[in-house]
Amino acid sequence: MRYSAWEIFKNGLTGNKSWKPVWRNPEPKSHYDAIIIGGGGHGLSTAYHLAKDHGITNVAVLERGYLGGGNVGRNTTIVRANYMLNGNSQFYSHSLKIWENMEQDLNYNTMLSQRGCLMLGHSDGQMDGLARRGNMMHMQGDTDAELMSATAVKELAPYLNFDNPRFPIYGGLMHWRGGTARHDAVAWGYARGADMRGVDLIQNCEVKGFRIENGKVLGVETSRGYIGAGKVGMTVAGRSSQVGEMAGLRLPIESHVLQAFVSEGLKPVMDNVISFGMGHFYISQSDKGGLVFGGDLDMYNSYAQRGNLPMVEHVAEAGMALMPMIGKAKMLRSWGGIMDMSMDGTPIIDKTDIEGFFVNCGWCYGGFKAVPGSGSVFAHLMATGNYHKAADMFQLKRFETGHMIDETGNGATPNLH
Amino acid sequence: MRINCPLCGDRDSREFHYRGSAKLLNRPNGDAGDAAFHDYVYVRENTAGVNDDLWFHENGCRSWLVVARNVTTHEINSVKLAADIKRGGK
Repeated sequence: MRYSAWEIFKNGLTGNKSWKPVWRNPEPKSHYDAIIIGGGGHGLSTAYHLAKDHGITNVAVLERGYLGGGNVGRNTTIVRANYMLNGNSQFYSHSLKIWENMEQDLNYNTMLSQRGCLMLGHSDGQMDGLARRGNMMHMQGDTDAELMSATAVKELAPYLNFDNPRFPIYGGLMHWRGGTARHDAVAWGYARGADMRGVDLIQNCEVKGFRIENGKVLGVETSRGYIGAGKVGMTVAGRSSQVGEMAGLRLPIESHVLQAFVSEGLKPVMDNVISFGMGHFYISQSDKGGLVFGGDLDMYNSYAQRGNLPMVEHVAEAGMALMPMIGKAKMLRSWGGIMDMSMDGTPIIDKTDIEGFFVNCGWCYGGFKAVPGSGSVFAHLMATGNYHKAADMFQLKRFETGHMIDETGNGATPNLH
Repeated sequence: MRINCPLCGDRDSREFHYRGSAKLLNRPNGDAGDAAFHDYVYVRENTAGVNDDLWFHENGCRSWLVVARNVTTHEINSVKLAADIKRGGK
């Protein structure tokens, strides 16, 4: 069913009886042309793009739990493309362009709100750095980057503490096309779009191993039996090391927990996404009214999908330092998700030495904004065997050849990216 | 989370700084070649179970420690001085 105002009107008059389940719940077939492991944002988006862009519809998405139950359902929903380095710049730019047409394309309301992402600067040196970043965004073609003075920032966000003695606000770099989206709807929209094109979405189906012969992948062993496949793509960020290990892959990844928080629902108090990098803090207000905010990793490796209290305290302190008014609000919930922290802070999208086996991992804490771009380039790689031009620098061998894309310049310290 | 430092006793984890896998203690020889160094610097087992990791007791005795911790439960099985391990002792 195609969603439209007319359908809502018609169903409203007829007791809402003709709405259908959004996707099927099929039994797995014995063989598919392509299998995607992981029914999160990246997996569903990849399946959708395989079907839509490349006409490959005999595809299954295997999900251990339920669709969209991993990090796509537990992030802070920020969409942006304010990256600097060659490699990241073109990729996130590509992804943002898909975001901008996603709702029409999917016929699904993903509530993309391009409300602007502001990165704050607190010294002359940092303002120079932001100017350089803004110029690089312009060179990439994202001409919405705007360097703002403290006065301009004050007009936009008068509630910030501009006179913090340690981090006075000197200005910021605004990325007007950045913003937020409804995270679950992105997963659901892609799931629906893939299902409508014939992709089987198979939930409660855990991959237990791979069948690999003569260097070629033949299929996967799952909790619901063996399923043959021509090609297998892995999009299981958070668990990439484990699934990769089943195929004999050793990855440059360490898993860390990242926490996020939401306050009670409030009337609209802030219009934009504001990131206070020096304090390890960023915040936006959801359409429901809750202030959604987060900080840094817990700083040590973890597979526990919950964080520890010291980081809660640190994030709350940073929030109070930036915008003292949030002290009046109550923190409603906090949660943690497991990040594939790669060794240079940049994702990996590549083929492997195993014919027909592809990896998509290492998203660090930037996976949400990458969902459409990642699906598009990963589907391109799986379908054609060639790297998409927006993602040809995300290869696994960059760690051997020294072509890391290290946006923060921290070297091989995954907890600091 | 608390870490039982062999020198300082049971202390809050905030006193410690996490560095990474304890495999960093075993740096290959300079002539070991690119593959060995690639493995040493970048590749991680990243087990969803007990990992041996290097921690630095920054706000304490400033010793490097090897902490065996279950990273799914944060249960700590053992804490040893990295120096002792390098010397081959227990």
